[in-house]
This record gives sequence, structure tokens and C-alpha cells, in this order.
Amino acid sequence: MSEIHGSSINNLNGDVSESRLPPGIVHIGRSLVALAFAFAVGAVVMLIIGRNPIEAYSALITSSVGDKFSFGETLENTTPLIFTGLTLTMGFQARLFNLGAEGQLLMGALTAAYVGVSFSAPAPIHVAVALLAGAIVGGLWSGIAGILLAFRGVHEVISTIMLNFVAFFFINYMVTGPMKEVTELDIPQTARIAKSAMLPRIFLPSRLSAGFIVALFTAVAVWWLVMKTPLGYELRAVGRNPDAARQAGIRPRRITVLVMVLSGSIAGLGGAVIMTGLFQRYQQGLNPGFGFTAIAVALLGRNTIPGVILAAFLFGVLAQGARGMQTIADVPTDTILMIQALVIFFVSTPHLLSLFRRRKAAVAAEAEV
Amino acid sequence: MPVTPVVEMRGITKVFPLVVANDQVDLEVYPGEILGLLGENGAGKSVLMSILYGLLQPTSGEIRIDGKAVEFDSAHDAIAQGIGMVHQHFMLVPPLTVVENIVLGAEPQRSGGRLDMETAARQVAELSQKHGLEVDLQAKVEDIPVGMAQRVEILKAIYRRARVLVLDEPTAVLTPQEVEGLYSIMRSLADAGVPVIFITHKLHELIGVCDRITVMRRGKVIGSVDTADATPPLLAEMMVGREVILQIDKSPAEPTDTVLTVDSLTIDAADRDLTLLDGISFEVKAGEIVGVAGIAGNGQDELLDALSGLRSPTSGTISLRGTDITATDRRQRIRSGISMIPQDRQREGLILSFTIADNIVLGEHRTTRFSSRLKRKFEAISAYARKLMEAFDVRANDETVLVSNLSGGNQQKVVVAREMSRDTKLLIAAQPTRGVDVGAIEFIHRNIVDMRDQGAAVLLVSTELDEVMQLSDRILVLFRGRIIGEVAGADASLETVGLWMAGHREVAT
Repeated sequence: MSEIHGSSINNLNGDVSESRLPPGIVHIGRSLVALAFAFAVGAVVMLIIGRNPIEAYSALITSSVGDKFSFGETLENTTPLIFTGLTLTMGFQARLFNLGAEGQLLMGALTAAYVGVSFSAPAPIHVAVALLAGAIVGGLWSGIAGILLAFRGVHEVISTIMLNFVAFFFINYMVTGPMKEVTELDIPQTARIAKSAMLPRIFLPSRLSAGFIVALFTAVAVWWLVMKTPLGYELRAVGRNPDAARQAGIRPRRITVLVMVLSGSIAGLGGAVIMTGLFQRYQQGLNPGFGFTAIAVALLGRNTIPGVILAAFLFGVLAQGARGMQTIADVPTDTILMIQALVIFFVSTPHLLSLFRRRKAAVAAEAEV
Repeated sequence: MPVTPVVEMRGITKVFPLVVANDQVDLEVYPGEILGLLGENGAGKSVLMSILYGLLQPTSGEIRIDGKAVEFDSAHDAIAQGIGMVHQHFMLVPPLTVVENIVLGAEPQRSGGRLDMETAARQVAELSQKHGLEVDLQAKVEDIPVGMAQRVEILKAIYRRARVLVLDEPTAVLTPQEVEGLYSIMRSLADAGVPVIFITHKLHELIGVCDRITVMRRGKVIGSVDTADATPPLLAEMMVGREVILQIDKSPAEPTDTVLTVDSLTIDAADRDLTLLDGISFEVKAGEIVGVAGIAGNGQDELLDALSGLRSPTSGTISLRGTDITATDRRQRIRSGISMIPQDRQREGLILSFTIADNIVLGEHRTTRFSSRLKRKFEAISAYARKLMEAFDVRANDETVLVSNLSGGNQQKVVVAREMSRDTKLLIAAQPTRGVDVGAIEFIHRNIVDMRDQGAAVLLVSTELDEVMQLSDRILVLFRGRIIGEVAGADASLETVGLWMAGHREVAT
């Protein structure tokens, strides 16, 4: 497994060791360059279809951060992306590619809906239990992939993607069957969760919930875990060199399972947050794509925690501003999807700049080590 | 009459962001000669050769071939101009046959672009006979031994009409017999008009085989000497810049209690019907160094994995001070006082993208000294790392430098510092000086002996016979998974141990 990780993902992350500048600056620089390229290509496409890109982009900005309501909605869009972005970043610290954030998030959301509907408790306790249950289920769901990897060598990219489908169909079954709300209308959805299980809204008139605070708090916790604790040290060691870690008495299998569980629990918590903060009931077909956008978020954020928060915010802006772009500048909302895809494309091209600045043989840095 | 050098490098300077790797280097290779290129790790040999091979472009300076200035933009250009290179790590395609590998990229073709493997095989066979490069043309590379793979690499270069051949640390992977074979191949090539540049950091290798030796230190050429005038102390001094003690002096061992007891240890291969370690038994006492000699692949890896707790034996027991520890894992063995210098520092000993400090506490990172449950004690870690860097002469600006930025010798010192600074009852040192320059070898050997004198039991596993002979109080020789012979260090002769290593037990006393 380490070989696959070593080559492909390190490339995606970009190798900054040869550069003179501090890695942080290089990361930011590369992400900004990728963004600039994506927006430039987007502008060209708008010109081709006869729209005004300047008008479109200013509409994008004003309708996402231009007033209090839009700004709050943008942050609400950002919230789940922070969770799912952190999910990938957490896994990546141990060089594990958790592509199952979508399924883990939805499992967490379903669990929170279940807790919110089926139990009653005083407000802070009820919502806390719903969030905790969502995190646990998300973690267990992802832990399946961890166990398969650690003990059966099943590559986590495959198993996490497959588990997404299992989650989709399991959830479909639950909301059309056992958890379906009993009404005269035959709607495949759960009942609305109890008031006591709802996260408060904190930025009216927008729908921004206290989940945003939970997201930021989670980001700090993940950062602390990875950078400050002995466990974080161990998981980084396993990710970088499992053989040396083993030689040092660390148990890589245990770490692998643990990282997958932790990583999935972040997505599960994210699902619980959007359920208790935004959707308030699980409707069939809830398929927000947060887990998939998270791949772009983690890439653009270079798998660093501040980077993930910034990238999540950017994608929040794109999602919120897309409609404004359509109504004001008559640019189809699909353009935003295209720009998102272009961002991924350019971020995954680590040597974008060197297309222009001819750089020879990266062997140099390692030649005499 | 002045002879034109085949290859001439003039005033080569290569500047990297933080370091001048080559500083006005001059090097020339004349027809018919074997030139030794000697230098410590980090002296600039590999950079110089990468420039010659077109992998790097010099900041300034000039390369001439047969007196004509050339410029290489890539290895492709260099090969076209007749530079052949055999890297330390072979660049072969394992599932292809020997002959396919040799002609790869320069395949003879029939009309219509069809491969002509018959011609290829014939041409390669001719070359192979001419220079005594014995290879099995139709064998797959993944099935052939290392020595043959190296000959394949040499043939590959000659097949591409190399005018000069660069061999980078070619003996590191070979048995003594194979080394002899390589030397005669080198001589044959040089006589046939393909001069050889032989890169190494092992002194004694050069004197037997080279005509001339060029020594580099810190990016500069210190000088060139004819082999006739060269002695190991002279070369060592040129290389390191000071006098080096090539022979460690140590007092006789005073062994006390038995620390390690290995009893009938057997390991079978998991996937094949093969016994890798065949019922070996030995003891190591406190205050003695027991050396395990043997050619690589005779059971050393399995023995080391079993002792460190990474692999459970098929049968047999391992005891530490009388306690059976066969069933314990690596973590418990570290706690019980077994330290281990693994044989491949980059694969098993270090996390290259971690700092020196993070590597120095690896394995002890959970102890209360360096961590509480929720927070590592960064102050204590840094202070400890600085102390060890000082004591073990790890050369770097500070403890926050990434280990990947250190030279091989300094990387090894980080491992050695870590493993030797624990409360160690048993030190297992596997290839403790692999790829390390003479100055650092002296230092590491000194430390191993000091540890013994302080009462640790030391098991030294090395394929460097000199090292085993020099340090060990007792020598065991591994051959095909068995201990074929045992002799006291003081009584051991190079001939006897060498013969045992090759499996000739009957000659032994």
C-alpha cells in the first residue's frame, strides 16, 4: 500500500522540498496559481458563449458575500465542507486516502435524524447526543475500510468508495421503510427532528447554525491531535514510513484502523451537524456531494488545516454565488461546476509553473543525500 | 606526447540553493585507465557524475570528450556521446529477459519496424564473451542474482557504445568472489579502450584495481595520486582532512552474565518450502561483542527480524536474561532493553521527512519523559536531541533540520545516537556503518566498543568482513541459514572466515 501512496498522493500534494521558499508560501502560491488558471479558463468559456466574465464574477462575489444574508448562507455552505475536507486531511496525515466522506457524512446525518426523531431530552443534551451518535456511526462506517485495509490489505480507495454505495442504498431503505414518517402523504422522508435536537441559528436572517462553530472547533481539535499529541506523531510516522514506525514499536495496523475511524467520525459529525442545523429531517435523495467536493477542498488546501478551512470557504462562495451569476449575468450555474473541476485539475498539476520556467531534473536535490 | 583524455571536466561548479556541491572541479580520464573517485558521502562525487551523465547541468564549467567541448541537456545526450553509467540501484526491468533489457531503447529492427531479437542476442553474446561478462541471456532479470544484474547493466552501457564507463559504488552488493570478477571485467574494459571511473568510499578497494585515484572533499578535488604512491592512511587523510585511525584499539572482553540466548531458532519461508534459518543457537553475554559474518541473504534478515520482534519464528526460543521473550512484539522488546540499529537506515531506521528531534525520540516518544497523554513535551525533546547531536557529532544547523537533508553519515549517526542512548541491555547493530565515510566509521566503532565496556551485550551483524573481524570478541558465520562456524575474535583469520562465508566448512580448524 505504501507505494501507491508514496507516488500518487505525494505528487498531488506537490513536492516542495527543492524550493528555496518556506513550504507554506509555496503551498499557498501554488493553490493561488491553480485558482487563477481555473477562473481564467472559466472566463474564456464565458466569452465563447457570449457572456461577460467580469459581470459574472462580480455577481458571484456580491451574491455570496455582498450582504449579511448571503454571507451567512455562504458560511452555512462552508460548514459541511470543512468537516469533509478535514476528513480527507486527517486520513492523509497517515497517507490514507479516505474517499468515503460522502457515505460517512450521510450515515452521520441519518443517525442524527434517528436520534432527533426517536428520543427526547432537554435541548443541549439532545443535540449533543445527536452529534455524538453521528460521529460514532461515521467513524464505525469508515472503520470498516480501516479494518479491511489493516487485516486484509484491501486498498482504502476502493473500499471507501464502495462503502459510499452501501450507505446510499442502506439509507434509501431506511427512509422508505423503517424510518419513514407515517402520514397520509407518501413521502420518503423521516419525521422532523425534535426542536431540542436542533442546532441554534446564529446569524439571522441566514440559516447559518452553530454547526459552523462546531466545525471550527473540530478543525482546532484535529490540528492539535495531529501536531501535538503522541498519537498524532505516531500516525504521521506510520504514514511516512511504516517500516521504520514498526521498528520503533508502533503498531501500524492499529494506527491505520484508528485513523480511519477518527477520519470517518469527522465526516459523521459533519452529517449530524447539517441534519440538526439545516435539513432537520432526512429526505430521500439527499445527495449534497459534500464528500466529493471535499477531495477538491483537501487538494486546494494542500492537506493543511488552515488551507482546508480557506478552501472550504472558497467552495462555499462558489456554491452560494452560482445562482447570482445565473440571474444577474445569465451565466449557467453549471459553469461553477466547471470551475470547480478546473480547480481540481490545476491543483493536481503540481508543476504547473514549471511549464513556463524550464526546470531540470528534480534529481538534483536527492543526488548526494 | 600528451595524450588527449577521453573525458575531461574543467572547472565544474554546481551551486544548489544552500550548498556548493562542486567547486571548480577538474577531472580527466585517459584511455586505458581505471580511475578511482574517492570521497566521503556528501563530498560531491555523485553530483559530479550526475553532471557527466547529463542529469544535472553545471552552474559553470565545461565537459570535453576527446578534446571536443560538449553540452548535455539530458542523460539521452550523454549516452549518445558515449557516457555509460551503472548506478548503485539498478535500472532494469525485472520481468524482461537479460537480452531484452540490454537492447531496450536501442533494439535492432527488421524491415517494417519488427524487433530482431536474434540479431540482438547474437550481438550481446559477442560483447559478453569479449569482456568476460557472463550472463544468462534468456533469463528474466527478476530471477538472476545481483552480481549478474550488475553485469547486465555493464553490458547495457557497452551495447550503447559507451566510451567511458562510470560505476557507482559497484561492490556494495557483491560477494568477495564477485568483486574479484568485477575487477577483471573492469581491467578488460579499460584495456579494450573503455576507461572506467570507479566511485567508492572504501579505501582498500581502490588500491588493488585503479591506476589513478582522484580524491574529493567538500565539493573540491583535493588531489590525484597514482596508485603506486597511495596508501590507505594517505587516502584516508586526503578524504577526511585529518588523520584517521583505521584500526580501533580495544581491550579484551570481560563477559559476565548471559543476556541473549537463542535456542534452535528456525524460520521457514511463508510462501515457499524453504528454511531460511535452520535451528541456530547462540548466546551473547554482557560485555562482549558477538559478530555475525556472512554474505548477504544467508539468513541475516530473518535473524534480525526475529530478534527485533517483527517476525515470529517457526520454532525455537529467544530469551533475554533468562526470560523467554519469543512471543513479545517489538514494542515490548524496546521496553525490555533491546536496541536495534537496523541495516537499512532509510527504510527502517528513520522517517526522512521528520526532523532530527522527531527521529531521535522515535520509539521513546510515548515515555513520560517526552510526552504526556495529550501533548508531547517539545522542550524536553529538543533539549535531548541537541544533547545527542553534540555527543554523536551530528552535523546540522539545529535539531529542526529534516533528516532527509542530512548526508548518509549524519543520518546514520542519528540512528546510532538514538539506539545507543537508551538504557540498553542488548544492542543489535546491523550494518552499523553501511554507506558511511571513514571518519564516521571510526566514531561509530568507538561507540560500539564503549557500549560493550559499559556492560551491554552487543550483537553485530555485518556483511563487511573487516568490520566483524575488527570489532568482534567472538565471530559466528552464517551460511544458508546455519551457523557454519564459530571462532574467537583474536584467533580468527581472514582466510578461514572468508572460506566459511563461502560455505567451505571442512577447511576450518
